[in-house]
Amino acid sequence: MHFAFEDEHLRFRDSVRGVLDRVCAPAAVRKVWEDAPAHDAGRWRALAELGLLGLLAPERAGGLGLDEVSMVLALEETGRAALPEAIVDTALVAVPLLAGLEDHGIADPWLGRIAAGEVVVGVGCQPNPWVAHADAAELLLLVDRDEIHALPRAEVRSEPLPHLDAAQRLFRVAWTPSARTRVAAGAHGRRLHAAAVDRGALGAAAQLLGVAARLIEEAVGYAKQREQFGREIGSFQAIKHRLANARVRLEFARPVVYRAAFGIARDLPARGRDASHAKLVAADAAAFAARAALQVHGAIGYTWEVDLHVWMKRAWALETTWGTSGWHRGRLAAAVLDPHEEAS
Amino acid sequence: MDLTFTPEQEAFRAEARAWLAAHVPRTPLPSMDTAEGFRRHREWERVLHDGGYAMVSWPVEYGGRGCNLIEWLIFEEEYWGAGAPGRVNQNGIFLLGPTLMEFGTPEQKARYLPKMARSEEVWAQGWSEPNAGSDMAAIRTSARLDGDHYVLNGQKTWCSRAAFADWIFCLVRTDPTSERHKGLSFILVPLDTPGVRVRPIPQLDGETGFAEVFFDEARVPRVHRLGEEHQGWKIAMATAGFERGLMLRSPARFQATARRLRRLWEARGADADPTLRDRVVRAWMDAEAYSLSTYATASRLIAGGSIGAEASLTKIFWSEMDVRMHETALALLGADAGLLPPVAPPEAAGWLDGFLFSLAGPIYAGTNEIQRNVIAERVLGLPRD
Ligand SMILES: Cc1cc2nc3c(=O)[nH]c(=O)nc-3n(C[C@H](O)[C@H](O)[C@H](O)COP(=O)(O)OP(=O)(O)OC[C@H]3O[C@@H](n4cnc5c(N)ncnc54)[C@H](O)[C@@H]3O)c2cc1C
Repeated sequence: MHFAFEDEHLRFRDSVRGVLDRVCAPAAVRKVWEDAPAHDAGRWRALAELGLLGLLAPERAGGLGLDEVSMVLALEETGRAALPEAIVDTALVAVPLLAGLEDHGIADPWLGRIAAGEVVVGVGCQPNPWVAHADAAELLLLVDRDEIHALPRAEVRSEPLPHLDAAQRLFRVAWTPSARTRVAAGAHGRRLHAAAVDRGALGAAAQLLGVAARLIEEAVGYAKQREQFGREIGSFQAIKHRLANARVRLEFARPVVYRAAFGIARDLPARGRDASHAKLVAADAAAFAARAALQVHGAIGYTWEVDLHVWMKRAWALETTWGTSGWHRGRLAAAVLDPHEEAS
Repeated sequence: MDLTFTPEQEAFRAEARAWLAAHVPRTPLPSMDTAEGFRRHREWERVLHDGGYAMVSWPVEYGGRGCNLIEWLIFEEEYWGAGAPGRVNQNGIFLLGPTLMEFGTPEQKARYLPKMARSEEVWAQGWSEPNAGSDMAAIRTSARLDGDHYVLNGQKTWCSRAAFADWIFCLVRTDPTSERHKGLSFILVPLDTPGVRVRPIPQLDGETGFAEVFFDEARVPRVHRLGEEHQGWKIAMATAGFERGLMLRSPARFQATARRLRRLWEARGADADPTLRDRVVRAWMDAEAYSLSTYATASRLIAGGSIGAEASLTKIFWSEMDVRMHETALALLGADAGLLPPVAPPEAAGWLDGFLFSLAGPIYAGTNEIQRNVIAERVLGLPRD
């Protein structure tokens, strides 16, 4: 047992943070809210250059051939930056799904283009009712019962669904499955779908950790600078305790998320249970941090003008992405209370 | 003790219910934080007033119907139960109104209250400043006496609905040599006074629910002062007591929310996370407890009592209950919770906006941290920080 990241993981996280600080400042996210497409080709290429988009893709197809453990800290950074792009759906969910197809002839060209930062892939499957970033996606991977279908964007009709988090570009997608579009079926299709759900939940959980961390950071920064009654508000115990509580939740969400990454990387039997556990605690940590950060800011945090809501709204949006907390709680309860399983 | 209503009270309830059923707009009005919505809400206030229901607990001469506070609570139950619009002049009718009755001269009452009851004049509250939020005694906006006028200089902020309101009641420093709570006065300012500038501030939902108000040599007649000069703090604390303790958030509003939540449970509960069942029931329990507590407060006030530091208990209870109820509703709505109109499903209507608004509750009217300090120090008698 050695539950720690390697130096290269930490270095990778730092370089991702450095790039995101540059290409994904809050002003960039706000620009997306106002008018810009959520997908920015320059930002996407910067992520590709870091190796993030093809991290899970096999080397034969131009990827790095690494696993989820190597990726989870970087995904956390994308939450911290409130990155608008479809990083989870494309790089964490679609890449392994494509790599898991039997026909390399279909998958490899797409994998190469993903790794190079040329394309976005949208994923549509339960428990997500909609497809994120269907407008930017060149390829859509869509689940119909136990079948996986791959369709170019031109073959689906999508209706945009405006969301509180305006960087969250959601679409109701209508499409027709056919033998031509089918890329997996039966037990294989079900396995790929289940893996996609676990990875999606892991990705949302990792991003929620980053969102929570950022909200705490913003609130701590503000509490040190804002003065009332002749002292920094951070010197009041009510403020200290609230932020300390937020930090406790974050602290105990992180290892749960990291274990889920490990379980998925090794394809362990408890991967579904652990992914749900991760999603639940990360969503809880982020929701708590959002409340705390808003309260610490007072009225100024309630304005559109201050950036705080960039992360608050992302926290609320991610809570219902890749399974709501209610959905994951049901799945987790079924696993933990299963009489045939000795709780491990 | 008697927890039943008299036949007269029941008759009043029936009368109010019938009137509201006939008059409440069938489709919800646009948000009062928009110019159009503000105008429509003002029109609605006029309808209410002409029906005699704008402020049932006010004396008839000021546009009320002379009811007591119990009857006001009954009216509130019917009002929110009928799904009637939010009160655009709430800063006037619920906060300044009662304050004027207590501290105003007869001329001031006659001048302001009837127009307030008709919402011919809609009021904003100008207390907070950029550096005087929780620490309100740090107010720096000044009012210098010059003949029979005060000359105002400085800035107020976070003034709800000031973007569209007509008047603002301000707490300002009239004694430049004073410190903290001393030397403040309570002054009523028309927002169209030369030298007054209003800058709307968009909130989390993008709408301009509050505004900054700048004063640059703005001249206000001296007769606009409410109460004694330099005694503004005492008056403001009485207003804050009404705000936190009784008027601002009557229990009926939360009981209506709990009923809506129950209907949402009927629509969504079958497929929902079973833990939400307890939270829906808790919403009912909380709303009931708040209603009971408010009837007790009203009974005490009618018997000649007053609202003191207990107002802080009330403010914590309603504001935190409101957040919980809305969180529960969003959890029931699942992924639909974040969708905006027109794509959000019909049963989601109002919940997302309500959730965002509920988050402000623990901040405005004195933050809940400050209320907890008040409870600890003034209700429980713990030593000061
Ligand atoms: C939606 C909304 C509407 C409003 N409408 C109006 C209005 O119409 N008119 C008006 O005048 N004002 C209005 N306000 C302002 C409101 O009264 C202030 O926001 C409130 O008093 C807090 O001040 P602040 O925002 O400056 O926060 P701060 O005072 O800066 O507080 C920041 C944080 O520090 C905490 N804190 C401060 N002092 C202490 C302490 N001693 N102990 C422990 N914790 C402390 C606070 O609780 C808070 O969590 C409104 C606010 C909102 C959000």
